[in-house]
Amino acid sequence: MTPGVSHSETLVARRVPARRSLARSRSLQGIGYATPTAVIVGVFFLLPLALVFWMSVNRWPLLGSPELNFPDNYTKIPDNQLFVDSVWFTLKYTAIVTVVLSAVAFALALLVQERRPGVGFLRTAYFLPGAVGFAAAALLFYGLYSNEIGPLDGILQGIGLIDEPIAWTGTPNAALFSTIALVIWRFAGFQMLILLTGLQSIPLELYEAARVDGATSWQAFRRITVPLMRPTLALLLVLSITGSLLAFDQFFILTQGQPDNSTITMVMVIYREAFFRFNLGSAAALSVVVLVVLVALNVLQLRILRRDRTESEPS
Amino acid sequence: MTTSTASRAARGAGFNVTGAALAILFLFPLVWSGWSSVKGQPGSAQPSGFGFGNYRYLASYGEGVVTYMVNSAAVTAMTVAGTLLVSALGGYGFARFSFPGKNLLFLATLAILMVPYATILIPLYVLLDRLGLQNSLVGLSLVFIMFQLPFALFMMRNSFEAVPRELEEAALVDGCSTFAAWRRVLLRAVRPGLVTVALFAFLASWNDFFAPLILISDASKFTMPVAVYSMQQRSFGAIDYGALEAGVVVMALPCLLAFLLLQRHYVRGFMTGALRG
Repeated sequence: MTPGVSHSETLVARRVPARRSLARSRSLQGIGYATPTAVIVGVFFLLPLALVFWMSVNRWPLLGSPELNFPDNYTKIPDNQLFVDSVWFTLKYTAIVTVVLSAVAFALALLVQERRPGVGFLRTAYFLPGAVGFAAAALLFYGLYSNEIGPLDGILQGIGLIDEPIAWTGTPNAALFSTIALVIWRFAGFQMLILLTGLQSIPLELYEAARVDGATSWQAFRRITVPLMRPTLALLLVLSITGSLLAFDQFFILTQGQPDNSTITMVMVIYREAFFRFNLGSAAALSVVVLVVLVALNVLQLRILRRDRTESEPS
Repeated sequence: MTTSTASRAARGAGFNVTGAALAILFLFPLVWSGWSSVKGQPGSAQPSGFGFGNYRYLASYGEGVVTYMVNSAAVTAMTVAGTLLVSALGGYGFARFSFPGKNLLFLATLAILMVPYATILIPLYVLLDRLGLQNSLVGLSLVFIMFQLPFALFMMRNSFEAVPRELEEAALVDGCSTFAAWRRVLLRAVRPGLVTVALFAFLASWNDFFAPLILISDASKFTMPVAVYSMQQRSFGAIDYGALEAGVVVMALPCLLAFLLLQRHYVRGFMTGALRG
């Protein structure tokens, strides 16, 4: 046996545990860097998530000690007329706002997609309301719609469109559509930005090839823009539906559920149950129901989205 | 030839007119709220003419607008600092290290996006009470940090992944620990990502209404949105709209300025989020 061989053998033998301990040290360091994330997610997300299920099977008053009452909080839900009504109202609101908002946002995105003088200003102008907080925007519109200080009646009377002041949030339908106008004002620019990122990822050569082939701009829109924008549109749909089903600020502040409790959303009922009727247990049960519906909906939408992708990719 | 030039000119004019009309429509409410906050209104703190009467009224409303501004600023500062710290450490860990439970933790963080706000805030109301954080701006900030994490962690992981490995390895060969490399070299390289994360955290925590509405019940701890909302609620019958709009202006102005200054960083946040989504 030559000394050289044994030397290299010991080196190899020594290097393996060295590498293993390096990997272990890397892994420990990784855990160290991720620990703050794990603590925040664990304590302020996973723990309350578990707690909401536990609360939902208890009689849990705002003050006083909870006691197990499964399944009362759940079986009482169908009797909660306010909640049942709010489900229908929220669905109706979601359907209308999703369609109108995405149509407006798509129109805005098409208007400002080409680079020309002034486009930067327009993009900023359309987006600017999105920088204002949603609650602040609702308070702003609360003044805007008031007959006392609001400018709308004066303007519309001035150009002769109306004769008498309008009660902008006075009837159920007026309240709904006035709120939808607020939501579009606040979020259209936001959706426009998302659509613009999608539009800009479509290669310009496609449009040039279509023009060479004699396609009109409408045909190019139908055959190139719309199909290639489907993933982006699907993302918008997911965001808009999820956001609208959880609507709170806009109705809580602007219409306050009025007139005649006609504009009460699901989350408003949950809030009311917890902090006006002091029944955290049944509020938790309602939240669990909303959670389950939302997760199911998201899974469904993602699945449809994925199927879309696999179908459109080979072609 | 002439017809095509003419039609192009017509289309250009159409674009300008439509674009400008829409811009006026979108900017009008903002301009109006500023104007009506200084315009005189009989029965308000600014009964006639133009002036800052509504703002003076706001300054003395409740605990005084300064208290609410300080509360909002404190919550925002803690949220921005906390989100930056947690996501800059976590993003580095997720981009460069492998450790047990890594994917599970990442999925758990993204799951925050799936869970309704109300579903998590009802139990948080109970939980913060048990943790001694009821009615606390620190507790509120911790909740905001949690809500920011999915976006922030995703953003920072991508930012660290985009940094060339050689940069980090050079520092490590020079004898730096990974922490020293993170602090001295990498943080500088991911600065654009940090600005985007900070901007999103700022806008979200400054503006949020639902979380402080539920978690803060002591009026001296109200943040701006809840304070202005309580002003709208308190005045039965005679709502002081001028003061309300003054409150809106005070809330909106910092956000508008921050957005106009950091617009590019905001849009980049969208690109990473939207294109990957």
